[in-house]
Amino acid sequence: MEVRVQNIRKEFGRFPALNDVSLDIRSGELIALLGPSGSGKTTLLRLIAGLETPTEGTVYFGEEDASKKTVQERNIGFVFQHYALFRHMTVLDNVSFGLKVRKASRRPPAAEIRARALELLELVQLGGLEKRYPAQLSGGQRQRVALARAMAVEPNVLLLDEPFGALDAQVRKELRRWLREIHDRTGHTTVFVTHDQDEALELADRVVVMSKGKIEQIGTPDEIYDQPNSPFVFGFIGESNIIPVRVGNGQLWIGDRSIGVSASGEADGLAHLYFRPHDVELLDDSDGSIAGTVAVSRRVAGTRHVELDIGISDCRVEIELPPEMAAADGSRLAFRPTRWRLFREGAAG
Amino acid sequence: MAHDFTSTGHHTSETVRTATSESRLARYGLIATALCFVALFLLLPLAVVFTEALRNGPGEFLTVLRDPETFSAIRLTLLVAAIAVPLNLVFGVCAAWAIAKYEFKGKAFLTTLIDLPFSVSPVVSGLIFVLLFGSHSLIGPWLQSHGIQILFAVPGIVIATVFITFPFVARELIPLMQEQGTSDEEAALSLGASGWQTFWYVTLPNIKWGLLYGVLLCNARAMGEFGAVSVVSGHIRGLTNTMPLQVEILYNEYNFVAAFAVAALLALLALVTLILKTLLEMKFSAQIAASRRH
Repeated sequence: MEVRVQNIRKEFGRFPALNDVSLDIRSGELIALLGPSGSGKTTLLRLIAGLETPTEGTVYFGEEDASKKTVQERNIGFVFQHYALFRHMTVLDNVSFGLKVRKASRRPPAAEIRARALELLELVQLGGLEKRYPAQLSGGQRQRVALARAMAVEPNVLLLDEPFGALDAQVRKELRRWLREIHDRTGHTTVFVTHDQDEALELADRVVVMSKGKIEQIGTPDEIYDQPNSPFVFGFIGESNIIPVRVGNGQLWIGDRSIGVSASGEADGLAHLYFRPHDVELLDDSDGSIAGTVAVSRRVAGTRHVELDIGISDCRVEIELPPEMAAADGSRLAFRPTRWRLFREGAAG
Repeated sequence: MAHDFTSTGHHTSETVRTATSESRLARYGLIATALCFVALFLLLPLAVVFTEALRNGPGEFLTVLRDPETFSAIRLTLLVAAIAVPLNLVFGVCAAWAIAKYEFKGKAFLTTLIDLPFSVSPVVSGLIFVLLFGSHSLIGPWLQSHGIQILFAVPGIVIATVFITFPFVARELIPLMQEQGTSDEEAALSLGASGWQTFWYVTLPNIKWGLLYGVLLCNARAMGEFGAVSVVSGHIRGLTNTMPLQVEILYNEYNFVAAFAVAALLALLALVTLILKTLLEMKFSAQIAASRRH
């Protein structure tokens, strides 16, 4: 189901958690709310669920105004970071819970509830474990039970709050792929909250980057990574270098040295140059490049990370080179960013 | 057992110890002190109570308990506990729920207030109710004119007992519910459960062990309370004497066998409570551990 969030504002006491946030979620989409802690992403998720009420603004489920509906009436599936499984119930009872508590008029017969729960457990690859208690399962298994439980009620929208946050790295990666598969098979509209950019970029159809109670950017993972629209998004997603530069005559300058990057159309003045460590080309030490001495050189898996001193205090640049590239400490290197963005003074992220 | 790295070859096994274990002397000293204390202040008095009660044989013991006044005291004690414990069960769950799951003004005040019966002497608590319901109080005359008897009657005893025992359940539940947080309840609500279903199927099972423990303690105190009940009861024989009061009366009349017989029965009720609790803990220890670990 389509979900629309319109001009939502939320205050806790006098602390504003969300400030005029609007978001359209398409039917069947897998969307990530990404941001640092305190950015309001979990609050937004809980507002969609109905676990919080907005101070102002509206939430639509399809064409219907869901703002006045209680969490029970919204028919959502919510998965909590720490699973929130009912510890005194078996896995099967946990998954059946949402159907069992329905009014008699809407409740499927007991045999059908059982069949559906078992089918869901099969889907989350926990067939045969239905008689276990949550305490007898691993973290990854518990979270899969939680997902099956949420899907059992055929929710309008599936909401996941840091679903992999409490798991260790290896399990996280597995569950990530697996969640994508489940989503592609079931087609539930899904919103998940994460502070892990890899998770968001790998898993989601679209990513919503949030900061300080506002949406900074909405886009596909490619758009978010390749065309970040603010210093915050550039700095928050992936690795980035920030160098103070001057724009003049359609060129970028560090001090009185042109760095060989054409910036035609940019107004003259001071700015910050943002670029990713891997978006660089090495040059001979000539005019028209950024040059520096190698301070640290580290081999990280398949690339060599080189930190360069470029003669500006408090500003070290990190670039990524092929591993066979020699970069002895103290030697000189010159490079030019191949893909970059300029952000003006006062907007440094 | 992990071995200390100082335990090299020529040391005997007696010197092998972990950093937190004391020397043998200190260890046995501590154990001996604890055992002596328990023996002197708990087991010995208990033994005295039972030997005194059975001094003239079990026949006499039973005869004494069949005395109408004593029998009425036993009945009254059970009646008071049967009213006070359920009331405090409901109150305790409500108070713990409010304190653990909501934020509201005056929460700290309410938390402190719940402890009040623990910190005020029971005699003072009793006097409070005498002042509140007595003939010189504001509502005393109104109660009298409507023929409602509270002081020196069963209602007064029940009220005093409820007051004395109301922290037990709440105190037991508040830390437990605070630790568990609200996400289980939120999960149930998001799955469509009503508030009542959420309480019945999710909250209550999560707190049942703490609740049971609180209820047992509350029950033990309700049956054993002396001070507050003594002030409000009026000591009317066969009518407003509870078991502890009956023990005092019999004792003051030098009727030692009868006094100790009632005391033994009271102690027996307390022991049964304790044994019941231990048995339940043993039977469900796996479940209790699981519910804490999860």
